[in-house]
Amino acid sequence: MGAALATVWTLARKDLLLELRSRDIVLAIVVFALLVITIFTFAIELTPSRSRDVGPGVLWAAVAFAGVLGINRSFAMEAEGDTLDGLMLTPVSRELIFFGKSLANFIFITVAEIVIFPVFEALFNINVLRIETIVIALLASIGFSAVGTAFAAVSVRVRSREIMLPLLFLPTVIPLIMAAVESTSVVVNGGSWSGFSAWLQLAIAFDVIFVIASAVLFQFVLEE
Amino acid sequence: MVAVPKIRLIWLGLTAALMALTLWMIFIWVPTEVNQGNIQRSLYFHVPVAWTAMVAIVLVAFASVAYLKTRSEKWDRLAVAAAETGVIFAGLMLITGMVWAKPVWGVWWTGEAKLTTTLILFFIYVAYLMFRAYFPPGEQRRRLAAVIGLMGAIDTPIIYYGAQLWERAHPSAVVGPLSDSDSSVDGPIGITLIVAVVAFSVLFAYVASERYRLRKQEDEVMELRRAVSLRPALAISSSLETTESTASAPAGGAY
Repeated sequence: MGAALATVWTLARKDLLLELRSRDIVLAIVVFALLVITIFTFAIELTPSRSRDVGPGVLWAAVAFAGVLGINRSFAMEAEGDTLDGLMLTPVSRELIFFGKSLANFIFITVAEIVIFPVFEALFNINVLRIETIVIALLASIGFSAVGTAFAAVSVRVRSREIMLPLLFLPTVIPLIMAAVESTSVVVNGGSWSGFSAWLQLAIAFDVIFVIASAVLFQFVLEE
Repeated sequence: MVAVPKIRLIWLGLTAALMALTLWMIFIWVPTEVNQGNIQRSLYFHVPVAWTAMVAIVLVAFASVAYLKTRSEKWDRLAVAAAETGVIFAGLMLITGMVWAKPVWGVWWTGEAKLTTTLILFFIYVAYLMFRAYFPPGEQRRRLAAVIGLMGAIDTPIIYYGAQLWERAHPSAVVGPLSDSDSSVDGPIGITLIVAVVAFSVLFAYVASERYRLRKQEDEVMELRRAVSLRPALAISSSLETTESTASAPAGGAY
């Protein structure tokens, strides 16, 4: 178990180091998400009540769209540097490679969210920096990175992978987006715990099922 | 012209006869429903295509698992046939649903859980087919497509659960004149519905099996083409006595 965790961390650390030097991925996620949010402040005339109505939807749409760009980048770099074969040759099981890549993507999205959330709060004037939304953000990032990592590995060898990954990723994570939007909406509109917990359960169920399913199916993605 | 096997002709005739019977029952035999009027006849199309679309997803999932287990191309062909036919039937389900909803509920679209689920699944399986179109043919495509097909199938119950939560959180604005009319499905309506479900299932099976057969022929053509394109290479390399390595090399980027 300890050895497995160490392997996962080594694999994730490789991506984190690359990211620390280039800052490609996190920066792309942050800038793209903020751009989406900014466009919506012009597309919708924001009154305080309307902000609370549409804000959660805008926030999570922006994170999902930006996140998929970042995840695409993390695998595109492996393909461009011809390091995918090297990764496949490492004498560790495919699940561990999956968890290593997912962990790195999870950290990228989470770090990006740390920047996105305060700016969103300022632009939309709704308080999203609280414990409930942080929990939701972590759950959403787990699901996004698990599904995104699996589909990025699937689409990395396809021509026009920039189009293919969102087409596979976005419909699959719709339940998670629903859960994130609705629970955030309940929180910012001062709804009840029961209204919040139902969506929280959906997000947890999605994460558990797709972390396991993606890890198991990953061995078929990176074969031979 | 390739001779069509006799069994297929019989199957086609049976499908056509069954569809004719269903159409006769739907438009002539079954009495008009009292509350909704003629538009209620959408039911006999909407429910059967929805049912076959669900069957298609189960088939894709089953064929994908079978392919990953056995690596036999026949399961991949079944998955393609089921996915393509299923996407068409899911599209028909969405269209018949909208046509039915407009006069009855007053809106083309609502957040109704089954509609939402079908729409999302429609997108997932369109992406599945696009992936297959983008990717060069070969073992890798079959394997990755099976993974996508399975991910979509695993997502189905979660999507449905989420869509139900969504429907409860956003009671849809159904304002149509007949939005609260309940129609019971029994008597002639029930019989017609059962016959329609059977007829559409047979139609689905026939169309999917034709697609399966076409897929097999496509594979055979590809094999032949590959053999032809390798011939000159074989001629040259046989003089160099490296026939084996050339013959196993991928041709034209297909692997």
